[in-house]
Amino acid sequence: MPQIVVENLVKTFQVAARAPGLWGSFKGVFKREYREVRALDTVSFSIEQGELVGYIGPNGAGKSTTVKILSGILVPDSGLVSVMGRTPWVDRVEYVGKIGVVFGQRTQLWWDLPVIESFDLLRDIYAVPENKYRAIRDELIAMLDLRDLLDITVRQLSLGQRMRCDLAAALLHDPELLFLDEPTIGLDAVSKLAVREFIGHLNRGRGVTVILTTHDMDDIEALCRRVLVIGNGRILSDGTLSDLRASVTRERWLTVDLADDASLATFADPDAQLIRQEGRRFCLAFDPKRVSVPDLIARIARNYSVHDLFVENPPIEVIIARIYAQGHAEAGGARASPIGRSH
Amino acid sequence: MKAYLAILSSRFRILIQYRAAALAGIGTQLFFGVVRMMIFDAFYRSSSALQPMTREQVITYIWLGQAMLLLTMLAADTDVAAMIRTGNVAYEMTRPIDLYSLWFTRALSGRAAPLLMRAIPIFLFAGLFFGLRGPASVAAGVMFVVSLLGGLLLAASMTALLTISLLWTISGEGISRLAPAPIFFFSGIAIPLPLFPGWLQWFIAVLPIRGLIDTPLRIYLDHLAGADAVAALAHQYIWVLVLILAGRAILARGLRNLVVQGG
Repeated sequence: MPQIVVENLVKTFQVAARAPGLWGSFKGVFKREYREVRALDTVSFSIEQGELVGYIGPNGAGKSTTVKILSGILVPDSGLVSVMGRTPWVDRVEYVGKIGVVFGQRTQLWWDLPVIESFDLLRDIYAVPENKYRAIRDELIAMLDLRDLLDITVRQLSLGQRMRCDLAAALLHDPELLFLDEPTIGLDAVSKLAVREFIGHLNRGRGVTVILTTHDMDDIEALCRRVLVIGNGRILSDGTLSDLRASVTRERWLTVDLADDASLATFADPDAQLIRQEGRRFCLAFDPKRVSVPDLIARIARNYSVHDLFVENPPIEVIIARIYAQGHAEAGGARASPIGRSH
Repeated sequence: MKAYLAILSSRFRILIQYRAAALAGIGTQLFFGVVRMMIFDAFYRSSSALQPMTREQVITYIWLGQAMLLLTMLAADTDVAAMIRTGNVAYEMTRPIDLYSLWFTRALSGRAAPLLMRAIPIFLFAGLFFGLRGPASVAAGVMFVVSLLGGLLLAASMTALLTISLLWTISGEGISRLAPAPIFFFSGIAIPLPLFPGWLQWFIAVLPIRGLIDTPLRIYLDHLAGADAVAALAHQYIWVLVLILAGRAILARGLRNLVVQGG
């Protein structure tokens, strides 16, 4: 049985709607109108032990709502959730002792306490036996390079330092399952890499199941074998990154640097579309089924004096943006059908 | 249990760092103690009627009341208010502990730490200079400790209720400004409760507010003794139980409709 099973999850929020301006505010005093927002609309998926799943979608798509339901914070309107055989919001206290949660925009450390005291407090809250606690704590300190931060009060940490400490805090009780909600948000490049490397290690080395929500597609490319895409409260796609790519487009990109300015104005190819041009650099999109890569390159090299060229896949951002756009277009009509892998 | 003790002690350690606040509080409480003592002194000098309390009892009531003032200054937990405003409350719920017990524990340490820091110096100072007397008897002293604990639990359960109300009001400004008014009036911190008119006494006796300081003070003075003292203790602890159960029920209701601010 999968570690996480989610079936037909629905969650709506009431949003107080108010007409703009002074008159609107005045009317709002006497008559309040509520609009219902469907944050999750029959979401279903399942995740096996040891998977590292990227959960992505535009702002307001329902990512955080899903994570909050799965971590026992919110209660859904309807639907089934079973994580490690438990229903999160029913057995909350017992359940959350077995999972770890990191919200990138918040901290679970005590603002006024040195980092190490926060860790000790978490040991008591999660009732981790002293020996086990020491072993895990020391390992996390070494892996996340926290030694110099332990005596500093949390309020004085930089964002990157705090995130490393928060990751450690979420893992002190050795959870089997880790929810990461935008763990790299606002981090600099070095901290991002450190966090990414740590998450990968945790998943491969210790077999911790990780569910990662992020807007950073580099996180997804570096870490996730499987990606769930959500939009407007519905799962739009579920599969590997290459499945995802294939389902959206076969298109590949060819970037050409011309050697001189002679043919700047006339540069073109019948089988490729120009996406953009910067000085002597042209970026073309083409369909490998219509024209093979060697043919295209040979033809361009014959017709123009080329300084350099390379072929690549469209960036994952572009793929995701197209899925979001499709999902948006379909949201009004028929239910979006899952692409790629389905359950 | 160990978790709550750890939270209690860490909160306690954080709170006793606020020494300047404690010093300022002691100064203010001494000042108002002197003012109140002079008012009641004038009252007793100008009246020949037999009062429900003697002048000496009122002096001790006032000064011990000043020492225990923090039990009547109830407001919603500002840290929890900040958590609810920013959505950080989400983290509170991902911990394997009961949320009511957690907030109750916070409220308890939030009352106990500053109380202890101010009560002892004021008690000693007023004992030396202003005629605060010791407990009426050993039995009264022991029962006073029990009822002081009851007052502390009562203050914590009321604070927890105020904190829980934040789930609906979010800011908590209003309720934290409203709450002190009835408490100031009906706790005995303004006028000792036995001096209230007879027709109000039954109302005061039913309210939980008298359990905060009036019950401990009158037990200390032997103004409530024997069966009356036991009844007052029962009143105090029954209200603690009722408020805790009510708080749990209301919190459970609030959490079902929880919305986390800021996504």
